[in-house]
Amino acid sequence: MLILSCPNCGERNVSEFRFGGEFNPRPPNPDACGDAELAAYLYLRDNRLGVEKAWWYHQAGCGLWFLAERHTKTQEVLKTNVWQPDEAGEGADGD
Amino acid sequence: MSFKLIRQALNGNGLLPRMWRSHPVRDRYDVVIVGGGAHGLACAYYLAAQHAITDVAVIEKGYIGSGGSGRNTAIIRSNYLTPEGVRFYDESVRLYEQMATELDFNVMFSQRGHLTLAHTDGAVRTMRRRAEVNKLQGVVSELIPPDEIERLCPGIDVSDHPRYPILAALYHPPGGIVRHDAVVWGYAHQADRRGVHIHQQTALTGVDVRGDSVVGVETTGGYIKTGTVLNATAGWGSTIADMAGVRLPLTTFPLQACVTEPLKPFLDVVIVSGSLHVYVSQSDRGELVMGASVDPYTSYSMDSSLAFMEGIAGHMLELFPFLSRVRVLRQWAGLCDMTPDYSPIMGFTPVRGFLVDVGWGTYGFKASPICGRTMAELIAGERTPDLIRPFRLSRFEEFDLVGEKGAASVGH
Repeated sequence: MLILSCPNCGERNVSEFRFGGEFNPRPPNPDACGDAELAAYLYLRDNRLGVEKAWWYHQAGCGLWFLAERHTKTQEVLKTNVWQPDEAGEGADGD
Repeated sequence: MSFKLIRQALNGNGLLPRMWRSHPVRDRYDVVIVGGGAHGLACAYYLAAQHAITDVAVIEKGYIGSGGSGRNTAIIRSNYLTPEGVRFYDESVRLYEQMATELDFNVMFSQRGHLTLAHTDGAVRTMRRRAEVNKLQGVVSELIPPDEIERLCPGIDVSDHPRYPILAALYHPPGGIVRHDAVVWGYAHQADRRGVHIHQQTALTGVDVRGDSVVGVETTGGYIKTGTVLNATAGWGSTIADMAGVRLPLTTFPLQACVTEPLKPFLDVVIVSGSLHVYVSQSDRGELVMGASVDPYTSYSMDSSLAFMEGIAGHMLELFPFLSRVRVLRQWAGLCDMTPDYSPIMGFTPVRGFLVDVGWGTYGFKASPICGRTMAELIAGERTPDLIRPFRLSRFEEFDLVGEKGAASVGH
């Protein structure tokens, strides 16, 4: 069973959490986005076999949305943290 | 087949010929199909059988049918929600009906009827809509009340005792189950007979893109020069596309299933419940084959979980309380590449010669024959057949999605 460490509550069983999808930073200026850029933001995902940074929600706990870096094959969790305004993900540079 | 078996037994010469052969990997092919599942092999078969394109390699990192094709619960149906989906899957059902004759191999297709249960008013409304969409497309599909459900499936609890009582069901008589391994083997056999090379234990390690076109692929069996590569790798679709520099709207979730010990035959229909996240059929051996919705988070791991087993057992007992003493024999998982609209992605990508047949989520197996046929048509004619135009990759950029969530899976 996967154990995740909530930044508030500490280590908990994964069944307490809801998965919120791959970390996918919003385009810096959404109003100026073309269709292609907007579609890429809405739909395209890295879906990586490897370490993935993703959103998690502590549904049965403190209600915090936070980020976890987890290996999608081995399920090893490398890091969990509260979102920071300067949080950059792969793809944050708009590629 | 049976005469052949008897003859082989009597003449003492040993085994029947191999259903497909091994070949050394050549350094060039017209078409390289990545993924030796039912989709990839069906495409190879149709390329050879209908378009005389036989210089085709199917490369498979494990053994053929070791991915989703051998891990699904083998349910075939066409009672989808959108006209595009219904048309497409119905053509697939027709091909399944002819498959045993066409491939000269018994795929044990049993059109035993398919019941999708509704436990809420909302679900009843969706079923009614599906029934009407289906009928407009000529698919036999109707809403039936609980007493009719009980007549078709004695033993199911249609009382008001369960937490979610059964209110109605969408009844789809042409739906049923098929022997999934036989489908893979049948296509492999017929593709092989027509000159297609099947390379097992051969993994793709790179896609050679020059400019905006594919010129070859790197495999564990060496470099292959080719202008056409089809990515038919289901749950691994994103990892293969990444080698060609193509980003896809996919997220990979595991889907688990299990079978019980064999029981006397009591269930001769397929039962599906979207609200309870469970589907079940009884195999010819008497085992109950059960599946549920995808796991709650993305993963490329195919581990079994106790959480799944607890969940599915609880839901099964809501439907069939008398199964409480039945033991589970096996549990397994397969990988599902989910799309945002629960419809597949088929056809061209921005890279010339790099084609995809992915996004098959939890509904890929039932579409195998029609995918093979339409993708072969696309490769041979270099244009998208009308039947799969709605599923093109560019639909996301055009915001022209095909929303099948209400009918494609049980996980919502």
